[in-house]
Parts: sequence; structure tokens; C-alpha cells
Amino acid sequence: MSTLTRTVADTQVVAKRNLIKIVRVPEILVAVLISPIMFVLLFAYVFGGAIDPGEGVSYREFLIPGIFAQTVVFGATFTGAGIAEDMQKGIIDRFRSLPMSQSAVLAGRTLSDVVYNVLSLAIMALTGLVVGWRVRGSLLDAAAAFALLLVFAYAVSWIMALVGVLVPSVEVINNASFIVIMPLTFVSNAFVPLESFPSALRVFVEWNPVSTLTQACRELFGNTNPAAAASDAWSMQNPALYTLICVALILVVFAPLAIARYRQTSR
Amino acid sequence: MTTATITARGLVKRYGQVEALRGLDLEVPQGTVLALLGPNGAGKTTAVRILTTLLRPDGGSASVAGADVLHAPEEVRRRIGLSGQSAAVDENLTGAENLEMIGRLYGFRRRRAVDRARELLAGFDLADAGDRPAKTYSGGMHRRLDLACALVAEPPVVVLDEPTTGLDPRSRLQMWEVIQGLVRAGTTLLLTTQYLEEADRLADDIVVIDHGRAIAQGTADQLKAQVGGERIELVIADAADRPAARAALAAVAAGDEVHHGSTERSLSVAVREGARSLRVVLDRLEADGVAVLDVGLRRPTLDDVFLTLTGRTAEEEAEPAGGTASRDGRGRHAQERDAVPARPDVTPEVTR
Repeated sequence: MSTLTRTVADTQVVAKRNLIKIVRVPEILVAVLISPIMFVLLFAYVFGGAIDPGEGVSYREFLIPGIFAQTVVFGATFTGAGIAEDMQKGIIDRFRSLPMSQSAVLAGRTLSDVVYNVLSLAIMALTGLVVGWRVRGSLLDAAAAFALLLVFAYAVSWIMALVGVLVPSVEVINNASFIVIMPLTFVSNAFVPLESFPSALRVFVEWNPVSTLTQACRELFGNTNPAAAASDAWSMQNPALYTLICVALILVVFAPLAIARYRQTSR
Repeated sequence: MTTATITARGLVKRYGQVEALRGLDLEVPQGTVLALLGPNGAGKTTAVRILTTLLRPDGGSASVAGADVLHAPEEVRRRIGLSGQSAAVDENLTGAENLEMIGRLYGFRRRRAVDRARELLAGFDLADAGDRPAKTYSGGMHRRLDLACALVAEPPVVVLDEPTTGLDPRSRLQMWEVIQGLVRAGTTLLLTTQYLEEADRLADDIVVIDHGRAIAQGTADQLKAQVGGERIELVIADAADRPAARAALAAVAAGDEVHHGSTERSLSVAVREGARSLRVVLDRLEADGVAVLDVGLRRPTLDDVFLTLTGRTAEEEAEPAGGTASRDGRGRHAQERDAVPARPDVTPEVTR
């Protein structure tokens, strides 16, 4: 078997193992199902009236793509925590002592979390439809938006994979990722319009990939506000392209780093 | 039989200031069993982790089944099976799923992985539990599953890190039977243990390690000869019978003189023929009319080996070693023993 075929095969085996856990541990499944619903309802009803994204678009429509983006980014914490948990256990010694592709342990985790994200996106989309969100563009564009969300989430989970290898403690990961993910998701246009940020923060917001991901989704779902002034920043003008560039950069940097670190670390 | 299946030369491993291994040499010829015997913290697990490619040594070299641990770790992994003290199975997977996963990671096709899993479950008395998540397993079942995981690809070399530590006696016996089956099948085995009895029962050769270094090597019999083999411990009812009791013990002594216990009425001696010696002593005491309060045959433990080799017991790690440590140690030890005399009926397996 070539190295690549081997890696792909082993990655699938590890991913399957991780997915079995989601089924066997009901608490995880509940978290997967409940938290996306909670996020949608929370923002739609608690902040729904307080935040006005501008005329001509309902806040909920504006909001839902932002929640999609925020939730899949948060979901990456799951990757980090899963890897940290494995690193503390004897199972990692088992994997290391097998003649398997060593990158498959991390690749399998990031792959299984794609499935996790598919589930949570499906649930959020359904909840969104219930509270009034609509896809106003073509279904093909909508599919592209979901694909972009999944690809971006996949890239972020490699960042968290590195964190999981570096900080082998589930509690620390959960706290540490909050410090990074909260600003990334909240200092973006996911929940509030770009115009509401002070000018000092606006550049950050415009080039924050969570913003461009949200913007790309809004455009693809047809949830943009035609009345609101579009940003002049290149990233906001070409949000899907810019997001994909970010995805590529993250993967090129973090996947090799995480794998190299995994190889070096021993319990 | 001269091909060394596991060879280690001058292994050194440091953790900061602590030297876990200080130049360990090992040699396990093909088809034999080597036990690495030592207390907690002696460096056993570090040695195992280096030999199974989980850890890189700071110095020295090692090869397993012809593959160099440092330069061809992938080859080594192909030829070994590892079963550790912390059972490395996935708790959320069933026994069958654990084994199938490992088969797949060895590159088996699905069919073969499934068949092999069933075969191992049956062989390890886990067939009924095969479809239950491993988190529902008992300690003994966990260890058996863990060992089964190590054997999925039928590796020529198996490394077991304290396979029975923490198991109840029944599970331990069951585990020993499984391991003995492996040995009969010709597997080369390296096992670490804290129990002399385990090493004695399973290993051809024993290396005693302490502070990261081998301090003795030999067969179980050679080590026991060094320690003084099994001991008869006797408590008589009347101190006046002491000379007669002493003479009875001296007649079966393995060379060492008869030791006095903590009281006037207790004595002990190292013997060569175990149960037979015990019977000889009891017959003679009976004939001489000596009333026996308590008598037992005690096998030497890791403690005895340690006491003899280092002058301290395995537990007394930080004991400052004075010039008289050895004698003091023995005296104190004898007292502890007399407080809870070993009884013949609970002494584990007297003859091999």
C-alpha cells in the first residue's frame, strides 16, 4: 500500500472509532443536538429585537448565517478536547505502537468532526427555518455555503488539533479555546453589522475570516441587506475566495505542525 | 536459538535531573521469556517504552526482531505487540470493535479483521462480552482484551508491561495461563513485573533492575539460590524445645544458618526442597514431641531479592543506606513476617 492510501485508510478507521463514541456517549449526542438549537433561539429571540442590522432585512435572516459560522468555529473545540482526551489515555500508546500512519490519529479526528459539523448544521438549518430564516438564492448556492462552512470548520479543527496535542488537558483546552474563539466570532459581522464597530476595530472585522465566511454565506443564501453599504475591503468584496485562501493557509501551516508535534510528543 | 530477538545496549534515558535508565543492557533470545523485575520507579516501563518505539532513548541502541528501534521504528512496530499496565483499549468500543479497529490499522481487509477479532475473543474467554462496550468489563477482562489487542497481527515479539498488576488472584492466574499459552506457541516475550512469583512462573531468565540499571540476572532458580530460596518459618509452643527445633531445621537447611525470629520461639531457615523439606521438618518435630504453634513455607519475594541484592526492601526507596543496612533490614523484615506468620494453606503454589 502506498503511504497515501495507507493514510486515507487509517484515517477512516480512526474517524469511525470517534463516531462510535458520539453514538455510545449520549451526553455528546445531546450536546451536538441541543447547543445549535439553543444558539439559534437565543440570538433570534433574546437579541432579535435589540439589534437592528439595517432596513430591508429581518434580523433573523441576517443572524442565521452568522450563527452557522460561529457554531462551526466553536465546534472545533471539540476536536481539541477529543485529541487532548486521547493523549491522556493509554489508547494513544496503542496507536503509536502500531505500524499505522501516525498522522491518521489527528486526521481521523478532524474528519470525524466534519460529520459532527454536518449534523449540527442540519439541525441549525431546520431550527432556522422554523424561526423564519429562508434560503432566497438557488439551492446550488446554498449547498456551496454549507460546503464553505464545513471546509472552514475543518481548517479550524486543525488549529485546535495542534492545541490538543500541545495542551493535553480537556479543561485547559475548553478555557483556552474560549479566549481565542470568543473574540474571533464576536469581533466579526456574525451578530452585528459591520457599521456598528468603531473604526479601529473595523479593519480587524473586515479581515477576520469569520466575517468573510459569514458574508459569503449571506450572499450565497441570499440573506444580505441590499440597503446596507457594502464594505470596500477586498476581503469583504470577495468573501468566499478570501475565506478559501484562509482555509488553505491554516491547513498548510497547522496540519503539518500538529502532526509533527504529535510525532514528537510522548506521554 | 542464538538469534537475539530483543537486544538493548547501554540504554540511557533522563527526565530532567532524574535518570530513569542508566545504561541498561538486555538480551532476549528468540522464543524465550525475559522478565524485567523491579519495584515501582526502577525504570521498567521506560525500558519497555523505548523498546516499543514509544520513547527515544538519550543514549544506547536497541533492536527488536532485527529492526533498529531508533532507525526503523515502523519495522519494529510491525513485529511487536504491546500490552501495557494501563489497559490501552477504547472504552466506548466493544471488545470486537477494538480488535477489528486494530486489525484494520495493521492493514487487514475488513473480513480478515472481523474473523481475527472473533478468534481472539473466543481464545481469551471474551466471546460473550465481545459485543459489549469495554467500559462494562471487569479488570481481568480489560487486561485480556488489551493482551488480545497486542496479538492481533500474531507478532513474533510481545512486550507486556506489568500484565497482572492490580488484578485479583483469580484473574492473575487466568492471565498467566494465557501468557503461558503464548510462550508455548514460541513467542519471544519481554515482561515487566513487580512479583518474583510471576517472573518465576513465566520467565526463562530474569533481570532485576533498580534505579535504571540491572543489578542481577539469572534464572529464577539462580536468583532464589542467591536469595536463599524458600524459607520455612516455624513458631514453637515452648521455648524449651528450641534446640530440638533448631536441629530439625538445620537438617534441611539450604546452607544458610538457622535464623532466630523476633521471639524465643520463632525460627526460620532457607530450604532447597520446599514442601518436601517442610514435611521432613514436621515429621521430625512430631517424632521429637515438639509442639508447633505455627509453621509456613514462604517463597522469596521481590523484597527478599532486593534485600539480598541492595540491602533494602523494594518499598524503602529513600532509606539511607548505612553500613549495617543489610543486617538491620533482615532483622526488621523477620519481625514483620513473624507478626503475620505465613500458613501453608495460603502459601501460593509451593512446587513448580
